[in-house]
Amino acid sequence: MEDMSGYPLELTGENIPMVSFKKVRKSYGSLTVLDDLDLDVNAGEMVSIIGPSGSGKTTVLRMLMTLETINSGVIYVDGKPLTHMPGKGGKLVPASARHLHERRADIGMCFQHFNLFPHMTALENCMEGPVQVLGLSKAEARDRSEELLELVGMIGKKDQHPSRLSGGQQQRVAIARALAMRPKVMLFDEVTSALDPEVIGEVTNVIRKLVSEHNLTMLMVTHQMGFARDISDRVCFFYDGKIEEQGPPADLFGKPQRERTQQFLSAVREAI
Amino acid sequence: MFDWKWEFVWEILPRLVQATGNTLIAAGAGYGIALVLGLVLAIAQRTPYRLLTFVVRELVEFIRSTPLLLQIFFVFYVGPQFGLRLSPWMSGMIAIGLHYSCYLSEVYRGGLDSVPRGQWEAATALNMTVVQKYRRIIIPQAIVPAVPGFGNYLVGIFKDTPMLSVIGVAELIHTANAIGSEHYRFLEPYTLVGLIFLAISLPAAGMIKVFENFVRRRMGMK
Ligand SMILES: Nc1ncnc2c1ncn2[C@@H]1O[C@H](COP(=O)(O)OP(=O)(O)OP(=O)(O)O)[C@@H](O)[C@H]1O
Ligand SMILES: [Mg+2]
Repeated sequence: MEDMSGYPLELTGENIPMVSFKKVRKSYGSLTVLDDLDLDVNAGEMVSIIGPSGSGKTTVLRMLMTLETINSGVIYVDGKPLTHMPGKGGKLVPASARHLHERRADIGMCFQHFNLFPHMTALENCMEGPVQVLGLSKAEARDRSEELLELVGMIGKKDQHPSRLSGGQQQRVAIARALAMRPKVMLFDEVTSALDPEVIGEVTNVIRKLVSEHNLTMLMVTHQMGFARDISDRVCFFYDGKIEEQGPPADLFGKPQRERTQQFLSAVREAI
Repeated sequence: MFDWKWEFVWEILPRLVQATGNTLIAAGAGYGIALVLGLVLAIAQRTPYRLLTFVVRELVEFIRSTPLLLQIFFVFYVGPQFGLRLSPWMSGMIAIGLHYSCYLSEVYRGGLDSVPRGQWEAATALNMTVVQKYRRIIIPQAIVPAVPGFGNYLVGIFKDTPMLSVIGVAELIHTANAIGSEHYRFLEPYTLVGLIFLAISLPAAGMIKVFENFVRRRMGMK
């Protein structure tokens, strides 16, 4: 059993980060995917995660969404442990399903392949969580959902099923669906990678709008370097399960310090 | 040689129509049990509880590899030894429902497996409970590919109802036998029973197809 005595039951002090990974390790069998990851994301911050395929970018988001368990370390959200909970003797113990259910409410996620519910219309997709999980009335949920569909420019298609929508439209509905739960943290995992080039803009514009108009904390995995540079407060370059380099986009893209970052960025530029 | 009596047909038809009703009730009730129990058995095999999963899987396998007739006899004749004293009707519907629930659980299982993992993950991201995930997201989608399988077993259960005659349920075969031995004429009752089965089974396939398309449309899937 891991010794949990080094991990506080709650983060204290000024400027508590919204998300905090403390020495988080994730492995599949003998393959270590993330090695002692330390990463803090401040409230309202937009952090982009870039890096080569297989470097562990998606895994970071999936752990935070509780879609993957972690092997050691602790993840805190809004100062409280997510992967763990206070146990007897004042030490953290692995989270129960109930604890996860409680803490997961702070987090929302959008996926590369949208994962909209095909048997529901765009509006029903957005209303599902608020009605079923948050216990809102149908009328309240509808108002909230329509407002968000308006925000993502999909109000005109609210009664369509996903199969009748383009990829870009589906992704915008998926963003509205996640926002309808009013999360504090939004996760985007390559939300434009499955899209045709000509519709990428409609999704990135929605994310731009979120950054400028809403005080959300966001973590975004992306292969679009230009977009990451434009909108991020900070960019993390992942390599082989570790953060190889991180900093403001101007620095990371403008004058990368590490050789691997330089190699990656020049390889990406050549590909364009 | 071919001595078909129309007046005899008209005489026995009301009894056969009534027996058709009984057959449909037995098949329908058995199917209803199978639809509900089949889903329970399918989901039980997907829980993280190893022992439960193992026991249910073995039970399904056991029931599927023994004859329905044996199960009918078991419920009716052996049941009372365990304090389970049931009428032929009840025994018959329970046995046939149990038997078919095992087949339907496999159909459900296929349907449940066909729902992409991303659907579960999206439901988790919305913080749904396991029950909400199944009820609102997974089962509705699992039903669509399962409809043809459901349809096949609906016809199957209907054609298996004659087995209930062995414990005295007054379904079609039982009634035809009774008529035959009362009048020493079997040609007309058996022929009519055959035609009745045909008349119900044949359109069923088409109706299932229509129903499948209806479900798909309702679910917004082409
Ligand atoms: N369920 C799993 N079982 C085994 N290995 C896995 C599993 N999920 C991910 N991995 C491995 O973990 C490593 C990191 O995967 P991850 O998906 O986080 O990479 P990524 O940086 O998002 O890559 P990409 O840019 O291709 O999406 C990879 O080597 C991958 O093969
Ligand atoms: Mg990835």
